[in-house]
This record gives sequence, structure tokens and C-alpha cells, in this order.
Amino acid sequence: MIRFILRRLLQVIPVFLGTTLLVYFMVFALPGDPIRALFGDRPPSEAVIAALRRQYNLDQPFWVQYGLFLKNLFTFNLGVDFTGQPIAATLGRVFPVTVMLALEALVIQAVFGIGFGLIAGLRKGRIFDSTVLLASLVVIAIPIFVLGFVLQLVFGVYLGWAKPTVGTDVSWGTLLLPAFALALVSFAYVLRLTRASVIENSTADYVRTATAKGLSRPRVVMAHILRNSMIPVVTYLGASLGGLMGGAIVTEGIFNVPGVGQKLYQAILRSEGPTVVAIVSVLVLVFVVANLLVDLLYAWLDPRIRYEK
Amino acid sequence: MKSNQDTTHFVAPIEETPLLATDAVKMDQAPLSLWADAWKKLRRRPLFIVSAVMILVILVVAFFPGLFTQTAPNDNCQLANSDGAPSPGHPFGFTFQGCDVYARVIYGTQASVMVGVFAVIGVLLVGVTLGALAGFYGGWIDAVIARLGDIFFALPLVLGALVVTQLPFFRENRSVWTVIMIIVLLAWPQMARLTRGAVIEVRNADFITAARSLGVSRIQTLLRHVLPNALAPIIVLATMELGVFIVLEATLSFLGIGLPGSIMSWGNDISAAQSSIRTNPAVLLYPAAALSITVLSFIMLGDALRDALDPKSRQR
Amino acid sequence: MTTSDVRINEAGTEANRPLLEIRDLAITFNTSNGEMNAVRNAHLTIMPGETVAIVGESGSGKSTTALAAIGLLPSNGRVSGGQILLEGEDISHAPEKRMIELRGNTIGMVPQDPMSNLNPVWKIGYQVKETLRANGRPGGPDDIAKVLSEAGLPDAHRRAKQYPHEFSGGMRQRALIAIGLSCQPRLLIADEPTSALDVTVQRQILDHLEGMTSELGTAVLLITHDLGLAAERADKVVVMYRGQVVESGPSLELLQNPQHPYTKRLVESAPSLASRRIQVAKEQGVEATDLLAPASEEAAADNVLQIQDLRKVYKLRQGFGKSSDFAAVDGVSFDVKRGTTTAIVGESGSGKSTVAKMVLQLEKPTEGRILFDGVDTSVLKPAELFKFRRRVQPIFQDPYGSLDPMYNIFRTIEEPLRTHKVGNKASREKKVRELLDQVALPQSTMQRYPNELSGGQRQRVAIARALALDPEVIICDEAVSALDVLVQAQVLNLLADLQSNLGLTYLFITHDLAVVRQIADHVCVMEKGRLVETGTTDEVFESPQQDYTKALLNAIPGAKLMLPPQVA
Repeated sequence: MIRFILRRLLQVIPVFLGTTLLVYFMVFALPGDPIRALFGDRPPSEAVIAALRRQYNLDQPFWVQYGLFLKNLFTFNLGVDFTGQPIAATLGRVFPVTVMLALEALVIQAVFGIGFGLIAGLRKGRIFDSTVLLASLVVIAIPIFVLGFVLQLVFGVYLGWAKPTVGTDVSWGTLLLPAFALALVSFAYVLRLTRASVIENSTADYVRTATAKGLSRPRVVMAHILRNSMIPVVTYLGASLGGLMGGAIVTEGIFNVPGVGQKLYQAILRSEGPTVVAIVSVLVLVFVVANLLVDLLYAWLDPRIRYEK
Repeated sequence: MKSNQDTTHFVAPIEETPLLATDAVKMDQAPLSLWADAWKKLRRRPLFIVSAVMILVILVVAFFPGLFTQTAPNDNCQLANSDGAPSPGHPFGFTFQGCDVYARVIYGTQASVMVGVFAVIGVLLVGVTLGALAGFYGGWIDAVIARLGDIFFALPLVLGALVVTQLPFFRENRSVWTVIMIIVLLAWPQMARLTRGAVIEVRNADFITAARSLGVSRIQTLLRHVLPNALAPIIVLATMELGVFIVLEATLSFLGIGLPGSIMSWGNDISAAQSSIRTNPAVLLYPAAALSITVLSFIMLGDALRDALDPKSRQR
Repeated sequence: MTTSDVRINEAGTEANRPLLEIRDLAITFNTSNGEMNAVRNAHLTIMPGETVAIVGESGSGKSTTALAAIGLLPSNGRVSGGQILLEGEDISHAPEKRMIELRGNTIGMVPQDPMSNLNPVWKIGYQVKETLRANGRPGGPDDIAKVLSEAGLPDAHRRAKQYPHEFSGGMRQRALIAIGLSCQPRLLIADEPTSALDVTVQRQILDHLEGMTSELGTAVLLITHDLGLAAERADKVVVMYRGQVVESGPSLELLQNPQHPYTKRLVESAPSLASRRIQVAKEQGVEATDLLAPASEEAAADNVLQIQDLRKVYKLRQGFGKSSDFAAVDGVSFDVKRGTTTAIVGESGSGKSTVAKMVLQLEKPTEGRILFDGVDTSVLKPAELFKFRRRVQPIFQDPYGSLDPMYNIFRTIEEPLRTHKVGNKASREKKVRELLDQVALPQSTMQRYPNELSGGQRQRVAIARALALDPEVIICDEAVSALDVLVQAQVLNLLADLQSNLGLTYLFITHDLAVVRQIADHVCVMEKGRLVETGTTDEVFESPQQDYTKALLNAIPGAKLMLPPQVA
């Protein structure tokens, strides 16, 4: 197991380096003055530009620039934004909100996705199954910003069950509606994956053998069908984090949630390139680490992986 | 020693259990290739018929929008009609700018469909080529392509697109083609991974070894035997991605970093409609519905294809 | 179980009441093409403590019948007629609750494939424990270890903490036997319990199973495709054909005096029972010269293939850059005479397939040489290799994997001709028709696709493709192992005919000694990468020199059964 963790860690490092290098290269190594180019036609004050030049060490050779960029990233020295505020401080304020939102969305999509997927898989071909399957296609097809507006309009404005926007009042309760909007996207995939894997495992030989041993149906379903079906689903949940982050930008914008996504959205609207790059780099870091954790969870779920090689 | 029952030597009457020729070839059905078999299954699936008809309609709308509306989408915008209710000839009402919503929905089809189709073509070219090379040749080619894919894979689509759109080149030349380029740049690894997996699975089949020992060259084996057999999952993913890319384009346009405002597209219209969502939600809902229906058609088609092309569902 | 006197009067007066009686059983499946009768009018009787075998080909309904007895038919199948009486109680439509009571406790099961029947995510001990607990027995660590060690697993306490993937195939099958017998059922359904294992392991496990069931007085319903194995292990044999019971009776009597034409055919074709080479025009006589003798100049001319000190070493990765060497083939030398069949026999991991791959020039030897017609194949230039490929052709094991599913039969057989630019379109089509005739397939098969043909027919197509370029040597890698007995016999006969008509040389790779006896002139026995014994087929079969060869021969099911001469 320790070997497996080490091996995975070793594999993550080049991916992380490569990804950050890619981001950095695209922004800073192209011809022209990157700082001015990043702001487009709305140049900020000279003081900010000077601060940014220092931040990104543009007078140094490329590799030194990149090395210092990485160092800054790991020490959360992310520079200043358009108004001269340190980005790290802003992130420290907004990050917990987004973590709450993403966690809530993750729980919602896992609970509903796996639950519906299991029932549909066990009742393959029945009305429940076909209905859920068709509904999941519809959910996949509707973009998150449309879903967000519809939920906001229906539950927030017309029915009045929840506050249509979150604003400064951040709590698990107020985040429920945006979390639902965020969860709906991956929910359908979780459901379909669970269903497919439940169907596959239901016909597996070891499930028949488990039944032949005299186990009751609920035990066969829980200990053998569902347990084994979790392996691909957990992997997918990990990969869906990337989608959740992208979705958070939209969702937080619609519901006015003061999180990372909203900050990023505002930075885009105001054409604040350096802020966008800084936040995206941190998010990529989070994504890579989260995927590493999911991989470990995967190894815990599937003993065959642990002992590989 | 044994009971009577035990020693009974039972022989079934031969007329009831006639002996057939060993391993006779069944000749009762017409020969059926795998594609013909899949087509036969598809034809009977309502999901396929519905989605195929919808896609046909969408394509016609995209190429000949003039057939569906007399109103030019931008010309007759009159502020007097701002947020106006539906009226004869204007079934969906008017936008905040006083433009006809129905006409804009019709004319917005083209941009979305174009982005979807060309992005998928690009992803197929890049992803299938790299994935097939990596899977078939293995070794260092595989290692390089796999690592490269991992790096792009670690960049979530929307986040990656955010960074890329900040680049001066993409900022200054925003058009349908830059959006397509961004999507291809970020989305090829998934296609490459899928192709690589499918190719590796086929590569180990005995018929590949048989072809090699016949003297068929490696590249010919790849082109004639491996790729055709790895095609099914690629087609399914490409169909679904067509829908996903349309959503991505709309999301980027919604965020203001996709298609420029001068191009009529559903994403831009939805973005513009945000401001009046409480007062006139219809302006947002019509393009949203058009977008969703389009995406749904492609995803449904992909789903139907997946079932029809699934090797497990095939008769042996 | 072998001998009928093992269970004399064990159950005393109850002996006349059958433990399981199947009467007029009919089983129907709902398929996309409508209802299909998988089993009709099946009947069999199992007395307490008795072993009954159902024998049949794939699709004969033998497994379906057994699954119905434990209530595990697939969800699209149902019992549509007849009765399944367990000690007089009809359980054919019993509620699921009743079946759960019976399973494990009264009816146990040992499934077919040890690789897929243990859940990979649970420890072996847990999988035993849940069986014990579900049937109301104590499931402490000692109880689990007891169950496992009774099934012949040494070091049971430690083994219980391991996962299935840490077990070999034979050990997994023992674990499955342990689970099947853990609650001491009165009836054990054993569905091809050893068909996925090597013969020597197969024998050990069947012996152990036999010992355990006779000690516990468990009746066994044994499902097998192997008539020899059935006759050797069971008191009674039931023969099924296309969903019906065609014949049943005491094992030996049925073998010696088969009545139904199907049973007769089965007895004739069973490779484990036939004892001699398929006789064709072999009378021109290839003398049984000692293969180990150093080849003289004249003899060498006669040897189409000469394998000299062949060695193949693979690097096994052990993580973190370390690797160890593993010799899959180690110092193997033998010659193959033109126009004869040489068989390489060995169990899994013996290196026999690696030898085949090297002869086919699909893998490079680490050391040693392969001479084809006296020319060292390792120095062939690409153009020469291309020519070599015309002369040496393979036929593989898996009839489902060896044909490209996207190619129709015409394109499949034409491909070698096209690749080597033989003839024009018309002459190639003529050749394909001839080839189909040669392998006894109708010419109309040309337009078909592989998925429309049976396993045996695909194997014929593979043979036709191999023959297309008029090769001299054909390498058959387990070419008949996946086929049903009768089809196997048919394909073996075809191969023998082709050899005598075309003067082909075969290198026949197989794990099945019984098949070797039918087809080979010379035998090479391999074990763990080494050649342990070579000789003519008669020498090796009649006076084996090495212990390993003897063990292999002993393990052939039904080898020791006495059969009337007209059958043998």
C-alpha cells in the first residue's frame, strides 16, 4: 500500500509540473509584453504594473521565472489584483465558501446518483429504469447556467422556498439551491455509471455464487453488487471535481455566492489576466491533489490495484 | 447392490431426439456485417429515430435559417418593442433590445452547430491519431503521448479555456474558429485515451497476430484491422462530445469569453438575457430550450449508438 | 464415488427415497427472438450420497438443468413444466425465501471458473465467513480456518486473510469447494469444477472433492463436457443433447454399451477414450527415429524445422526500476520432420506457446537458433521474412478471436493472397472457393461474417486462411482446445486429411495429452520452460521415462477405464 502511494505521488509530480508549466508558458512566454497584453485595452495604474513585474520576475530568464512562479504558488504568494489587493488574502476569504459549495454538491450527486442508479440497475428494463434513464439524458443536455436560472426562478422567485441569491449570508442552508444546480450536471453521469456497473456486476459469476451460498438478497446487493460497483463510480466522482470547479464559476455568478468562482468570473469580466492565472493555478493544484486522494480511495476499494507490480 | 431405479438404463426414443449433423452452417438468414447488424438494431429504437429526425431538422435550420423566418434577426430591432410580448409573426416575443426572439433563436443555431461539428472533427483528428499511435506502437511513443495527455487532462475544461482565452492571440481574434481551436486544444486527451484503450484491446486479439504472421505490415495492420475494430466507442464518444462541446461553447459565451457579441449565438443571447430574467424570463428560456434540445439530440443519438454497437449485445 | 460399494446401505431404509428427483423438467428462456426451450423432458434421480454426472456439449442444457435445481436460473429463464423434487418437496416454483433457506445448508454449489467466482474485493476468509453466518453457523477465525484446511488449503489462518488475486487457480478452486461444502449440504452441484485448471491440478482437486463428499455422505450432481471424467467420477451418467436427456444409466454400462446414436458418437469421439492416432494415408511411413540423436547431414535435409538451444528471457518489472529475469523457455532443442506432426505438450506456464511465437517469428529468441529448411531464421532480411511467412502459417486457439469480426469470410481468406499479391481478383476468388471446399464449408459461407458462424466453423475458416498460401508448416496453437468434443474430432480429422493430401508439417501446441495421442507422431513434453521428454507418440504414451510425463498421463480423465475394443 505504501509502495502504491509512493508510486502515485511520483506520477503526480510530473503532471503537476507539466500543467503549471503549460499554464505559465501560455501566459508569460509568448512574445510581447505579457502584463500589458493581459489587461487588454484597459491598462491599470503604473504602480500595479510595477508590482506585477516584480511578482512575475519578468526580467529573469524563463526557467527562473517559472521556478519563482512555482515557489510563489506553493507559498501562496500570489501577487496583487487590479486594485492592488493581495490575491492570497482574497482567496483565503472566498475559498472556504467554494469548498462548502463543492462538498455539498458532491454529497448531493453521490447520494442521489448512486441511489437512483442502484435502483434503476436492479430494475433494468422496467418503467422506473427507462424513466430515470431518459430523465438523466435531459439533465445532461441542459447546460448548468440554464439549470441554475431555472432553479433560481422556480424555487427562489416563484415558490419562494429558498433565497434566490446567497450574498453575504453563507451557510449550508443558503448554499443548498446553488449546490443542487451544481450537482445536477454530474449527477446524471454518476447515475448512469452506477446503473451500468450495477447491471454488469449483477450478472457476475461471484454474485451468483454469493446467492448460491445462501445469502439473503439485501446482503448480496449490498456486499457484492453495490460494493463492487462503487469502484468506477468513486473514480468518476474524483474526476467530476474538475467539472464542479468549472461549474462553480457559473453557479456562483448566478446565485451571487461569494466564492472563488465568482471572484474568477469578476476577474474575467474586468479583464484581469494575472488574477485569472493565479486563481486557475491554485485550482489546478487542488484538482491534482484531489485526484491523488481519489486514487488512494480507489486503491482502498479495489485490493487488486494495491498489489499491482 | 444398487436399487432398481439406480440401474435403469434409459434411452430416449430416437424419433423424439433426432441427431443433427455436427456443426452445420446455418443458412436461414442473410449475411450480416457488424455495421448492418447495428443498423438493424438502430432502426427499431425510438430513441434513435427521434434523435436522428431532430438532428436533421437542426442541421437544416443551421444551414438554411431563412426558410424558417422572414424576420431578419438584427434589422428590425426597435426599442419600442423592448421586452415585448409575443405577437402575430413574433411568436416568442422581443428581447430587451427589441429584437425578435424567434428569429434570433433560428439564426443562433448555425454558430452552435458549427462549433460542435468542427470541434469534434478536430478532436477526432488529433485524439484518434495520437491515441492510435500510442496504443498500437507502445514504448516511448506511448509514454510521451500519455504524459502529454495527463497534463492536459489535469486542466479542467472550463478552467483551461479561461486561461487560454486570456492569451493576446485569442483575445484579439475572437471568432468561431478560435473557440473551436480552444476546445480541440483542451479536449483531445479524452478522445486519445479512449482510442488508446480500444486499440490496445484490439491489438492483443489473435486476428492481429494472424495478420502479422501473414506478412501484413504494421501500418496496414493498424489501418485495416485495428482501427476499424476500435471504431465503435470512438463514434459513440464523438457523438456525445458534439453535444458537450455545444454546451461548452455556450458556457464560454455566457461567461463573455466565447464567441464575440457580434456573432449571433444562443450562449450570447442567454448571457444578454440575464439582466431581464425576473421581468421577462421567456427571452432566456427560448434560446436555452433550443440549446438543450440540440444537445439532447446528440446525446440521445450517442446513447442509442452505444447500445447498438455494444459488442456484448451482439449475437455470437 | 468411483466404485459403487463406497456408499452401500449408508442411508439404510431411506436409500430408496431419492434425494433429488427431476421429472419432465422444461425450462424456457425469453430471448429477443421469442421464447426458446432450453430444456425439455429432462429427468434424473440422485440417491443420497450418490454421484450423478450430466454430460453434454455447450448449449445442451446441462448447466441450466443444474441451476434450476438450486433456483439460480438467469432472470429471463423460468421452469415452464415438470417438477424438481428435493426429498419429495417440489422446489421448482418455491418462493425465494425457501430457496435462501435451502441454499448453502441443503444444496451447495461449486461453480465453474475459479477466476470469476470469488469476489475480488473481499478476503477469502470473509467470503467463507458470510457463508457460515448466513446459514446460522459459527464464523470465528478458527471455524473459517477449519473449513479452508479441510478443502486442502495449507496454512489456512494466513490464507484466510488474503485476497483472491493472491491465490493460484487451483487454490481458488479449493476455496470455492470449501465454501460449497462449508455448511455440509446434502447435495452438491459441481458445475465443471475443474475445466479451467491444468490436468494434474484437476486430478488432485477432483480426488480431494471425492474424498470430502464421500466422508460427509454428500450427493454430487457433476456437470461436465468430458465423458471420460464423468465415467471415472460418477455412479450414473446422464447424457443431454439439445435440451433433452437422450440416455442415462450406470456409468460403465453406458460407456461400454451406448444405445442412443448421440451417445455412440460421443463415445467414439471422446479424445480421452480413443487411444490411437487418426489413421490416414500415413503408410508411407515415417520411422520412429530417435529425435535426440545428433542430426546427420542427410537427416537434416528431412528436418523442416530445427530448434537449437532455444531460450527466451523476459524481464519482470518489480517496481522502482528493479527487474528480475524469467526464463519462459530455457534450452529447448528438437527437430520437426517434414510431413509429420510434432506436438508440444505442457501445462500453463510451460513455455509451449512462447516456442510457437518464436517459430512464427513473432518474438525474438534471447539465445539459440531456429533453422527453417536449414536456414537460420534470425538473420532473415525483411523481404526474406516476408517470403518465410508464406511458408509457415499459424492457427490459434480462440475461434472467437482469431478472425477479424469486420471482415467477411471471403476477405478473411483472401487477405493472405492479396497481401502477397498472388493472382488477380478472379483467380483469388477461385482459390477461396477451393479452400472452402477443402475445409468442408459451403461456398456460400463466403459472404458471412465470423459472428454468424460457430466455433468449429470459424476454426475451419482459420485453417482455410492458413492454407491459402500453400504453406509447408502449420503451427497449431491450442487449435482445437476451445471446441466441443464432436466438433473437435471433426476438426482433428480435417487436419489429418489435409496433412495426408497436401504433405503438411504440423507443430501442434496443446495442453491436452488425449488430443496429442490422436494427431501426433512425435511428442515434446515441456515443464516450466524446459523440455523434459521427447519421443515418438507411442514411446511417450506407452513407456514414459520421466515422472512428470507419467503424472500428466495419469491425469487424463478416464484413461484407465476399460473399454471394449471396437470403441478404442
